Amino acid sequence: MNPKEYKYTKDHEWILPEAGGRGKIGITEYAQSQLGDIVYLDLPAPGKTVTQHKKMGEIESVKAVSDLFAPASGTVIEINQNAINDPSLVNKDPYGAGWLIRIRLSKPEELDALMSSEDYEKQLT
Amino acid sequence: MRPYYLLPDISQPDKTACTLPPPDVPLAELPPADLLRADLPLPEVSEVDLVRYFTNLSQLNYAVDTGFYPLGSCTMKYNPKWHEDVANLDGFTALHPLQSAESVQGALKLMVELQNYLSEITGMDATSLAPMAGAQGEFANMLMIRACLAARGEKRTKVLVPDTAHGTNPATAAMCGYEVSTLPSDAHGNVDMKKLDAMMDDSVAALTLTMPTTLGLFDPQIEDISRIVHERGGLLCGDGANLNSILGKVKFGDLGFDCVQLNLHKTFSTPHGGGGPGSGPVCVKSILKDYLPTPWAIRTGQGYEFIAPPRSIGRLGAGYGNFGAMVKAYAYIRTLGAEGLKAVSEDAVTSANYIKEKLKSTYHLPYDRTCMHEVVLSGKRQKMKGIKALDIAKRLLDYGFHPPTMYFPLVVEEALMIEPTETESKATIDAFIEAMRAIAREVEEKPELLHSAPHITPVRRLDEATAARKPDLRWQMKSQR
Amino acid sequence: MQLPYLPNTDADRQAMLRDIGVESADELFHDVPAKFLNVPFHLPAPLSELELKAELSHLAQRNASLNDYACFLGAGFYHHFIPSVVRHITGRSEFYTAYTPYQPEASQGTLQAIYEYQSLICQLTGMEVSNAGMYDGSTATAEAALMACRITQKGKIAVLSTVNPAYREVVGTYLSGRSIPLVNVNADVKGLPADCAALIVQQPNYFGYFEDLSSCVKKAHESGALLIVIADPISLGMFKSPGEYGADIAVAEGQALGNPVGFGGPGLGIFACRKDYLRQMPGRIVGRTVDAEGKTGYVLTLTTREQFIRRERATSNITTNESLVALAATVYLAAMGRQGLRRVAELCYHKAHYAAEAIARLKGYSLAFNQPFFKEFVVRCPVSPEQINKALFKAKIIGGLDISHTIENAMLFCVTEMNSRQEIDRLVKVLGAFQP
Repeated sequence: MNPKEYKYTKDHEWILPEAGGRGKIGITEYAQSQLGDIVYLDLPAPGKTVTQHKKMGEIESVKAVSDLFAPASGTVIEINQNAINDPSLVNKDPYGAGWLIRIRLSKPEELDALMSSEDYEKQLT
Repeated sequence: MRPYYLLPDISQPDKTACTLPPPDVPLAELPPADLLRADLPLPEVSEVDLVRYFTNLSQLNYAVDTGFYPLGSCTMKYNPKWHEDVANLDGFTALHPLQSAESVQGALKLMVELQNYLSEITGMDATSLAPMAGAQGEFANMLMIRACLAARGEKRTKVLVPDTAHGTNPATAAMCGYEVSTLPSDAHGNVDMKKLDAMMDDSVAALTLTMPTTLGLFDPQIEDISRIVHERGGLLCGDGANLNSILGKVKFGDLGFDCVQLNLHKTFSTPHGGGGPGSGPVCVKSILKDYLPTPWAIRTGQGYEFIAPPRSIGRLGAGYGNFGAMVKAYAYIRTLGAEGLKAVSEDAVTSANYIKEKLKSTYHLPYDRTCMHEVVLSGKRQKMKGIKALDIAKRLLDYGFHPPTMYFPLVVEEALMIEPTETESKATIDAFIEAMRAIAREVEEKPELLHSAPHITPVRRLDEATAARKPDLRWQMKSQR
Repeated sequence: MQLPYLPNTDADRQAMLRDIGVESADELFHDVPAKFLNVPFHLPAPLSELELKAELSHLAQRNASLNDYACFLGAGFYHHFIPSVVRHITGRSEFYTAYTPYQPEASQGTLQAIYEYQSLICQLTGMEVSNAGMYDGSTATAEAALMACRITQKGKIAVLSTVNPAYREVVGTYLSGRSIPLVNVNADVKGLPADCAALIVQQPNYFGYFEDLSSCVKKAHESGALLIVIADPISLGMFKSPGEYGADIAVAEGQALGNPVGFGGPGLGIFACRKDYLRQMPGRIVGRTVDAEGKTGYVLTLTTREQFIRRERATSNITTNESLVALAATVYLAAMGRQGLRRVAELCYHKAHYAAEAIARLKGYSLAFNQPFFKEFVVRCPVSPEQINKALFKAKIIGGLDISHTIENAMLFCVTEMNSRQEIDRLVKVLGAFQP
């Protein structure tokens, strides 16, 4: 259920390493189901730096606001405009079309400390 | 009939619902054109259409006058009618706040006497009627505490707020520049004294405590709580939203509170108005008296007047607070007297405990102990069958009842907070209990009825996600030029 | 004796207590330490409705009401005409005894009415979005200032010295919570400090005169500050709206729209702003949506800005606002409509100018300012305003505000559609007695 190529944080976010020292970031299936209908994304703009485990933005559902924490450090190079225009994408396809931001990793070794999909699933129960 | 139209739909040029006289003075020269607006794009409706529209709208509402609101922490009691009439007397409504004090002695007398009654009821030394709602009362309390500690030369940066607290408590502390530390509750629903002991130090300005708590429980540790807070130089700030449970029986001042804000639109029967006007007076011990908001009504040898307390936190509004609500609350207290107020809390607490006894086998009761004027149940048993508190609430609408408060306090899973108030008869309460039992049976036998509820209200369940994703917050009318 | 508003009889009480398993209600208070329970309360003995009505009527008669006295006092609270239709709607108990519309299926009346209110306020002020209202004009201004700080991330607020002093005090109270300085500036100020989040101006200003709002907008925006305009809603029947000037946030006291002066409360804090700032706007907002059957319905929306979700990170701690007062404003605006509100404004304008000219012709009296005004103006008097007001009161007139601490022997007069020509002539006659 949680894709094996992704790495996970205890804050229910994932990061997918991509070629060229980049990472795609989003929230997990568990996170979107807990939040309910997502209505608004407050994401860091391209060019901003993010620091691992520090707050980088917010995600709002009808009934709740959740902080977004950066799974890894780096510089934001892209944000998912489709998800901004239609936040329901994050609910419908959190690992695919509902991705949030793409960063250029400044410390790729940070990913080693993150959880695998099995470890994430284990700590969910 | 549900009106499926809006004002622009019933608008036509030259319609109006008001007649005005022509000018009885010579016309002055108009100001320069660049100050004037070209057109005023407002609808034009006839009086009969206007009245039909709003009358039909009103009939879509549930209200205290149409049914029971078991809303925990809101105290939706009956709003006496003659209070409305007396508050509408011209001698009260047609007064300008800036008229001379000599010309409004009746109004000032009412304010001073109400202040005195509220001080007596709460066991405090002084009351200000300035705050325009409970949240503003909380703001006033927090500012006064801050000013008092600053005058002592103290720099305390934190406020302790229980995990059961209403959202206004931490929001208010933040408005005053305080860092909020959450104080956990123990397994009985009381303050965790070990945690309080660890967290209460000289960096803490105050503990904000709702008493009884938002779980509807009286914390018997209150003397120790007050002692610890005060011994370590802090103040005990009360949220008086639940006063209906101890009205005429217990005084906040005796319990150790330094200040408390009240809600006239809860405890003192002034109407909720669909979301206000409210009124949130603050009652303080003499330690905070000098800091009360400006202006403050007092009695002198010559009569009544407004003054500015010597170290006032300042003005909270351009007027004196919600005078309309003050008249109604005054009338309420004079109607009931001390014995009547006592009967209010005794009946409110009796009814809540009655509901608790009758429903505790049907719904999970997180704290199986005597409650005060409200009881918190949990829908967690029903959750195991895929039914949320929200679904139970929506199904209650089909039984003709407004739902209880849901999902508050946050420490209870699938919380349903029920407050009957003293103005509901046993017959109404029994009908409510029956409805809750019937719904619990439906959870077992026909859960789809809950998922799709409500069915008989003017609208079915609404799409709140789209409302937030694609906000449609107004209609637009073009100018006619 | 059956107590009022308590419907249960002793038999009902006994039945409930029996089911609970106790003998008396007092047993249910066992968590309260005994020494705190059932202490004496010294309050007047209860009275019946008949007795209390008499007593309160008597108390009301001890006040000089605007029904018996002509009113030429304004300064933020205004005596305007209230068509009967307003009270008939707000007096419906389905509206006034309803709760906040958190359960939208049971509150469509309140919610749709608020949607109408929001729309009408936008049309009136020329702004793009409005909330459901705040406590009063002064706190709406204070919340606008805090909002500007959030949006611009700057920590200072500038306010023109011609803004209502009570409003400046309230803004100061709110800003002091977050240690944000409030700076008074004059209208001719060249530019604003770079760390200014907003400039607050009142139009017409406290003294009744029109500011050069175009210049204010320019000054504010040039320094990266927002422009907050405090408007007079009745003036907007005739005069250019804050939106047309390019204001970022428009606030106002809504009492004048269908609500009595009420000794200062309840009021209504009108609050509207640009669409871009929607998520930073405090207070409740109603949105239109559809239900499970595709039918139109209304809900409270964007609730994640508010205290019950965001708690210490909320845009404001406001919960209960002034819903019924907003309903009165809605009915008033709908009743008056496009032509009616303009005519009210014109009546105020012409009557105020007639009064001003007549007073200015009196010896010893002069108009303090030479700028365009709406319904309020400042008069320099030959003797102290205190003396004049005493004489006026004897003639059953409530005179203008004594502002002699700001301008020597000056009074701030207000004239509305409620002042007949005869009343104005009587005012001028009494003032005339003080000619040197």
